[in-house]
Amino acid sequence: MFNSTPNGLHSNKTPLLQAIGLTKRYGDFLANEAIDIDIWPQQIHALLGENGAGKSTLVKAIYGLIQPSAGEIRWRGERIVLSGPSEARARGIGMVFQHFSLFDNLTVAENVALGLDGKESFKDMAARLEQVSRTYGLPLDPRRQVWQLSVGERQRIEIVRALMQDPKFLILDEPTAVLTPQEADQLFIVLERLKAEGRAILYISHKLEEVKRLCDTATILRGGRKVATCNPRQETAASLARMMVGGEIKEVRPAAGRQTTVPRLVVNDLSLAPDEAHGVRLDHISLELKGGEILGIAGVAGNGQDELFAALSGERLAKDPGTVVIEGIAAGHMSITQRRKLGAAFVPEERLGHGTAPRMKLSENALLTGHAASGMVRHGFIDTAATLKTVDKATETFDVRKAKRDPEAASLSGGNLQKFIVGREILRNPAVLVVSQPTWGVDAGAAAVIRQALLDLAASGAAVLVTSQDLDELAEIADRIAVMFHGRLSRPLATSEATREKLGLLMGGSSLDPTEAAHAARA
Amino acid sequence: MQLVLEKRAERSNTIALISPLIAIGLTIATMSILFAILGKNPLLALHAYFIAPLTDGYSLQEIAVKATPLVMIAIGLSLCYLANAWNIGAEGQFLIGAVAGSWIAVKTQGTDAGAWVLPAMLVLAAAAGALYALIPAICKVKFGASEILTSLMLVYVADLFLDYLVRGPWRDPQGFNFPTTAEFDPVATVPLLIEGGRLHLGSIIALLVVAAAAILLGRTIKGFEIRVVGAAPRAARFGGFNANQLIILTFAVSGALAGLAGIIEVAGPVGHLQPGISPGYGFTAIIVAFLGRLNPLGILIAGLFLALTFIGGEQAQIAMKIPLDVTKVFQGILLFYVLACDSLILYRFRLVFPNRQVARGAG
Repeated sequence: MFNSTPNGLHSNKTPLLQAIGLTKRYGDFLANEAIDIDIWPQQIHALLGENGAGKSTLVKAIYGLIQPSAGEIRWRGERIVLSGPSEARARGIGMVFQHFSLFDNLTVAENVALGLDGKESFKDMAARLEQVSRTYGLPLDPRRQVWQLSVGERQRIEIVRALMQDPKFLILDEPTAVLTPQEADQLFIVLERLKAEGRAILYISHKLEEVKRLCDTATILRGGRKVATCNPRQETAASLARMMVGGEIKEVRPAAGRQTTVPRLVVNDLSLAPDEAHGVRLDHISLELKGGEILGIAGVAGNGQDELFAALSGERLAKDPGTVVIEGIAAGHMSITQRRKLGAAFVPEERLGHGTAPRMKLSENALLTGHAASGMVRHGFIDTAATLKTVDKATETFDVRKAKRDPEAASLSGGNLQKFIVGREILRNPAVLVVSQPTWGVDAGAAAVIRQALLDLAASGAAVLVTSQDLDELAEIADRIAVMFHGRLSRPLATSEATREKLGLLMGGSSLDPTEAAHAARA
Repeated sequence: MQLVLEKRAERSNTIALISPLIAIGLTIATMSILFAILGKNPLLALHAYFIAPLTDGYSLQEIAVKATPLVMIAIGLSLCYLANAWNIGAEGQFLIGAVAGSWIAVKTQGTDAGAWVLPAMLVLAAAAGALYALIPAICKVKFGASEILTSLMLVYVADLFLDYLVRGPWRDPQGFNFPTTAEFDPVATVPLLIEGGRLHLGSIIALLVVAAAAILLGRTIKGFEIRVVGAAPRAARFGGFNANQLIILTFAVSGALAGLAGIIEVAGPVGHLQPGISPGYGFTAIIVAFLGRLNPLGILIAGLFLALTFIGGEQAQIAMKIPLDVTKVFQGILLFYVLACDSLILYRFRLVFPNRQVARGAG
């Protein structure tokens, strides 16, 4: 398709890093199939693809975490075999992972020291850390303990740690997934500067606008193969999406003229101490959700969303029954099973191990949440036919693709399992649905199916509460959006007035001062 | 070339079935080496262990008699283990059940108490076993104490308590100072199935327990609860199941079954209370539970197999002067191989040739 050398700038030089015919095989599964990629200095190179396209496998091979089954990697034109990440770092390859590897109870400096190969004294290292962080505008206090820091600050530690090794080539795995829009802008300034210094950057993402804005070249993977290398600035978001997905994405259509009815889920001044060290305290949370309405909760991960989900579902109980009201009944003291009987349904963020038992069959996983109220159990005995019927119905209604009628949950792909879980709950016709990160790590096709299902459920009169870190997703489906920060929930904004700027400020902990004050004065 | 252990996409049901057989094969191979080192002919020793007991009616009955407590205890333990509750103290619950049931037998001795005696003994033994098992369960739930340690330590308490009773208050006055109670009255004895044989009613009870466990685990919501709490604790909590309640329940049930097995052994084959009523049934049952894949039918088969090793061990001692302790070595090696082979259910071996071109398109 588009295999011309980008920008034509480097036609007469060798690339900094080259992967040639890189293949990685797990059993019968080809995670990467003969992938070629050229990384040039002074370029930001995007690696685009859906979940499962093979992005992680490719960068793990480049960073020495896994050995390719076939193909080779060249560094400045010379073939290299990386036995591990420390060898990659020694050559000048750095990586910032999506999931941080930091010790909560250690200070910033101690965490950085643990990640370095440690020849200098701790004092010198701490001084250099401060200097690097200041030079690049990534302010960090080396003496603070990690658990006190925000997610954005934690990411800074990882970036500074990588920069302290003076890498020629830096890999960043979905760095903006955990950032507010403003924090993301700051990160882009840093990346532009690193580029100007002559470093190469491989930027993994699936946010197309971001890639168009930041990157000079994009390599697109699909199903383990390279689909194209192109200049993202000459593409549209739609054309990039087509290459990623391999077809058109179904548009999500909100139902016309949704009617909001009575309040179905009300939270009154809910406060809850964390049940584990460094957990988040829920701080006077109130919200009201009517039938027919979708309320979105935005926020950077780790600001109390998990704790709120546990308190709403009944996995954690509140002392005062009146703090959570479902269908007009005070339910704060009720178990999750009792809340389900009131008509509530829940979809947690973690699919395997929380939403489903991974090594159990789908029919058993249908029973997991359906046993209380769906006629699957009579006199203590399981009606296997009824559980299988739920599986069949979810399969049919939500297009769940699987190898056999009733496989283990863990054998389904992320998108298909999520469709099953959402389907399992929606088929119970809930009055209230609380769903956390509904399309996290899900391919675009499945995400569209799930979002449409949530819209349809609201249109049928249910109240839907969606927690998501994806602002685009919330803008697409929510009627109102509130933001969680440090265990507090902001006043919801109508989606039409919830601009990225406003949401970003709230996500960073600022209040929308003048308007907020005006509202308070009027109230 | 490299041998790597690789995770399977889905658990292999074939391996789940044949893994115990592989383990038994490896155990027999290891034992043959051990016999050879001891200077015994491995073929003759294996014949004495595994073939000879199957060739006469008396030994066959004895295998069923020995399998009875093993199966009953192992069924209870399997419920615990499925729910991630680690009851290691079945031996103690077995002894306490034997003591509690014997109390009625001792107190009614020589009176003309009626047919209620045996049923009352069974009920009391089960209740005592359950209560004894609740001690570690409650310590676990309330204080987070490791149930592995507390349940194991309580074995020795039960053992010494029994010892005290038969040497002190309950000693048979006509027993020539042997530490034993008097022979139980006929109404306090488990009836035989065949006149003059060894097989007794307890074996029927064990079969009923197997059937009940199969229905519980396969068909009921409580059985599902037990399985899901063990397999995925967080998902179980999301499903509305309470892991702590289940620890209490499974410990109580397994304690009750162990206690019941204890009184059946004392009021059946032994006929009176004395020290050494168990050759380690409570511990061997752990092997039975795992060898039987924590599955009721599997446990029945595994119980019979381990009973065979007890009988075979005795025969090998008589015929070939192989120490009886070799039976325990055998059982230990077997447990080791069973657990090792189980990893093949979720993983498989694969030969890897690094840096060689892998043929494309084969997948």
